[in-house]
Amino acid sequence: MNARRLADLMPPLAFGLAWLALWEAGLRLLHVPVIILPPPSVIAMRFTTSIPTLAADFWQTIKGVLVGYAIGCVSGLLVAVLVDRSQFLERGLLPLGNLVSALPIVGIAPIMVMWFGFDWQSKAAVGVLMTFFPMLVNTVVGLWSAGAMERDLMKTYGASYRQTLFALRLPAALPFVFNALKINTTLAMIGAIVAEFFGTPIVGMGFRISTEVGHLGIDMVWATVVVAAVTGSLFYALVAGVERRVTFWHASYRARGA
Amino acid sequence: MKSAVPIATVILAILAAWYVAAALMNAPLQRDLYANAGRTDYSTQDLIVDSLNMERPKLPGPHQVVGELWRLVFATAPTSKRSLVYHGLITLEETLIGFLIGAGLGIGLAVLIVAVRWLERSLMPWIVASQMVPIIALAPMIVVILYQFDITGVAPKAAIAAYLSFFPITVGMVKGFRSPDPLQLDLMRTYSATPLQTFLKLRAPASAPFFFASMKIGAAAAVVGAVVAEVTKSEDGGLGARLLAGSYYGQTVQIWAALFAAAALSAALVGIIGLIGRAAEQRMGFIP
Repeated sequence: MNARRLADLMPPLAFGLAWLALWEAGLRLLHVPVIILPPPSVIAMRFTTSIPTLAADFWQTIKGVLVGYAIGCVSGLLVAVLVDRSQFLERGLLPLGNLVSALPIVGIAPIMVMWFGFDWQSKAAVGVLMTFFPMLVNTVVGLWSAGAMERDLMKTYGASYRQTLFALRLPAALPFVFNALKINTTLAMIGAIVAEFFGTPIVGMGFRISTEVGHLGIDMVWATVVVAAVTGSLFYALVAGVERRVTFWHASYRARGA
Repeated sequence: MKSAVPIATVILAILAAWYVAAALMNAPLQRDLYANAGRTDYSTQDLIVDSLNMERPKLPGPHQVVGELWRLVFATAPTSKRSLVYHGLITLEETLIGFLIGAGLGIGLAVLIVAVRWLERSLMPWIVASQMVPIIALAPMIVVILYQFDITGVAPKAAIAAYLSFFPITVGMVKGFRSPDPLQLDLMRTYSATPLQTFLKLRAPASAPFFFASMKIGAAAAVVGAVVAEVTKSEDGGLGARLLAGSYYGQTVQIWAALFAAAALSAALVGIIGLIGRAAEQRMGFIP
């Protein structure tokens, strides 16, 4: 199992290393100025020399991301469970939720900065708005994913609404919920970083990127982007890992294990 | 339309909640204004009505946003720099160019991935990782990099729109090209069809529903990319630039108007693709 996992990792790893080498060599051979695109070694140097700044930016941004993510996801789930009781509300909310998911919600960032100030609270507010609707729509659909047979079985057991919800429908909805949780990791990060373009106390990844671009500290911009990328990937991997633990029974995992 | 009544009810409820929230959020500001003007004889009704018609409210009432939209879309010459039509067209241009590039790139990558097996294993994790990067964080830098090559104006923003839209299209199209079931693939093999024939006659047509679904997501993502890119390079105009200008000068009504214009643009694009998709899928027999 472990050997196979390693083998699975090899092709993308090789591809990534080849890409980095090509990047470094190409820039040096073509004498591309560092201002345009710094080679990986320069970015790595910059990264090691500015760890305190990068760490401060990271903590400032991650506060907004995590709070926004948590509130948005939990409230989306709760509203979905409440709405689920009323067919009428569901028929009204689902198309609207789908529509809202296609709208450029990040645009609300300047308004949230105005309402909640420059600190992380406004970034969390953008995160809440961005993560709420994907969670709502996915959970509503997921709650109906339990088959009619299973639901009938619960009825023959004389299960109450609450028992059916907790024993059957919520577990059956978990793959959909996790799908939203995974999408939302990126959305919460994007929301927080874009909101920082509109105003921050002078710290934060979005702030760092926009100011360093302003006075052409491109290596610092890339170092921040690396932090953002690694943070985003780890966040996603964490949620995906929990998903594998919790929904191990789902067909997509069973097939792979066999 | 079985859902029309529920949808209308929900919209009405949202509007009502919006009015209540606007009155509650603006009332303290309005009280301050009254106090500054030395006015003390106002009734609650005055307070509510005035709170909903402030010049720089915390949250403008829906009618204010609609009024501003009407003024900036229909009552202003489309050539004026204040007109939302002017800025909307800039955003539309960037979105469409970026979307076309993104769609081409996305479909091309999907074809490659389906055709060459080892590419999927080495390329796919990076395509996924490229989306884990909060792409938007790259937006200001892409603009600067392209600027060094004297690429200015629409191109940098279209590039960001393209970057945002290619991913959902690649993922959707890979799924679509893989959607024919093994029986159909076996049938092609018994016909001794070449891989190219299998692709053109089976995989490509079978991917149509996935094609339109991923086009919708890609178009919506392209609008987001164009708007955010405009925020980082606002001299050239566009709806994102109006958002930024509004937030600089505290013109909340203008921000909301720009926001609704962007939403309408996105909804219109998705709606058009949806209509084309429905017609095409009906003709191809995917839906009755």
